[in-house]
Amino acid sequence: MKSSRASGRRHVVLAWQLAVGAGALAVWQTLVTLGVLDVFFVSRPSDIARRLATWVAGGTLWGHLATTLEESLLGLIVGAALGISFGFGFARSPTVAAVFDPYIKMLNAVPRVVLAPLFLLWFGLGIWSKVALSVTLVFFVMFFNTYQGVRDADRVLIDNVRMLGASERQLVRHVLIPSALTWIFSSLQTSLGFAMVGAVVGEYLGATRGLGYVISQAEGTFYTTGVFAGMTVLGLVVVIVSAGVSRLERWLLRWKA
Amino acid sequence: MDVTDSMTALELESVSKHFDTPDGSSYCALEDVSLAVPPGAFISIVGPSGCGKSTLLNIAAGLVMPSSGRVRVHGESLGGVNRRATYMFQQDALLPWKNVRENVALGLTLCGVGRGERYARADDWLARVGLAQFATHYPSQLSGGMRKRVAMAQNWIIDRSVLLMDEPFSALDVHTRHRMESELLALWEQGDTGRKTIVFVTHDLEEAIALADEVVVLSAGPASRVIARHQVTLDRPRDLFELRTSTHFVELYRSLWAVLRDEVLKSQRS
Repeated sequence: MKSSRASGRRHVVLAWQLAVGAGALAVWQTLVTLGVLDVFFVSRPSDIARRLATWVAGGTLWGHLATTLEESLLGLIVGAALGISFGFGFARSPTVAAVFDPYIKMLNAVPRVVLAPLFLLWFGLGIWSKVALSVTLVFFVMFFNTYQGVRDADRVLIDNVRMLGASERQLVRHVLIPSALTWIFSSLQTSLGFAMVGAVVGEYLGATRGLGYVISQAEGTFYTTGVFAGMTVLGLVVVIVSAGVSRLERWLLRWKA
Repeated sequence: MDVTDSMTALELESVSKHFDTPDGSSYCALEDVSLAVPPGAFISIVGPSGCGKSTLLNIAAGLVMPSSGRVRVHGESLGGVNRRATYMFQQDALLPWKNVRENVALGLTLCGVGRGERYARADDWLARVGLAQFATHYPSQLSGGMRKRVAMAQNWIIDRSVLLMDEPFSALDVHTRHRMESELLALWEQGDTGRKTIVFVTHDLEEAIALADEVVVLSAGPASRVIARHQVTLDRPRDLFELRTSTHFVELYRSLWAVLRDEVLKSQRS
């Protein structure tokens, strides 16, 4: 009974979600057709759809999409690896954490757009400058969550496994890592979004491939339909990937009530 | 190890504990507490809240170092975590990300027992505490009483001689609590390899008398010390549901309450 009611509710929500989207597109299309909005500035849904269809049919879209996803994924992996290691290390040695605290805060405050030209200079126009930008975004999310997760590990759980005979290494493995992982998984959505933002911003500022490059090319020629089409692809990809991450997260944290 | 040492499973020798408070002064939790527990004995420690009962137990566990004095476990001086004891906490101490079977087997996992044997032994214990069908559940899916049973199995599966218990059943409703007390006594009395030595901390005098061979009363904090020790000469095995109304029980309760009452009043005044 309960599950059928829940799935019924899901269907209602989905129907409304589609209705809201369709309504917004219809209003947009109508306003442009009536001449209230200038098609030069805001394009129009039917043009964007036609543009997307050409991209898909011509096959140009997939290469750009693959590049962006590759950069995002690499950024996510490298950023997560660094963030988790540093978060763990800092949480385990309070003195180091205290020394580096102001520097971490300073670095986190640097707007990433400012870094992009530097990374282009250091890592070139290829994918690595974009990966680097992604890493600077993902790192801090992972770092803070790991740090917090380890510091937040329940005192009683730690005492209990120590009484049951855990060595320091076993304590880390059975309590501190799982405790931190719950925080890390919960921040996976944010990290993934940031990884993509990093990649796209990097491409936008200087690249030869990727969705950010497509958008910046279209903007360079005042081709608003192309800009909106690029944004649409980006949005759809995020929605699909997020749904996957939600599932993964539910499975990984299945022990939660 | 000399002859007298083997007479005690756990011994506290004039143990004191001071804590530094945030305002820079020092708080004395325990002052010159001495206590000797013979092997296989079940002793209860009662005292008003804030009297340092938990600190005493943490010191016996080796989780907290005493400011002065010494702890001996089977005659050996305790330097770190007490490897001869397990500890049942007031709060839930099961790992929420491990299922019931893995939680019960945790002590075996930590000392390197292989998966097959580990799970077989865990399943034995789950059957003994009546949770055989819940092996693959997570702690969050169990009731409070069931979680306590898992914790008991987790503590019992590794065969340590001393069990320290810090108000383990205080969060349960009164009926579940009485049932858990009976199950605890049943496990203890049928100990496979000799009875465990149990130190059971509680603020409930009735529970203390019903379970223990000896009740130790601590004074109100700060600077708690032992102010009374009473042998409980009730027969075993005990029927906890009938016991509480027996004349002997009531007499014991009265004489111990006479001591404890003043301390409770003192602790409430401060």
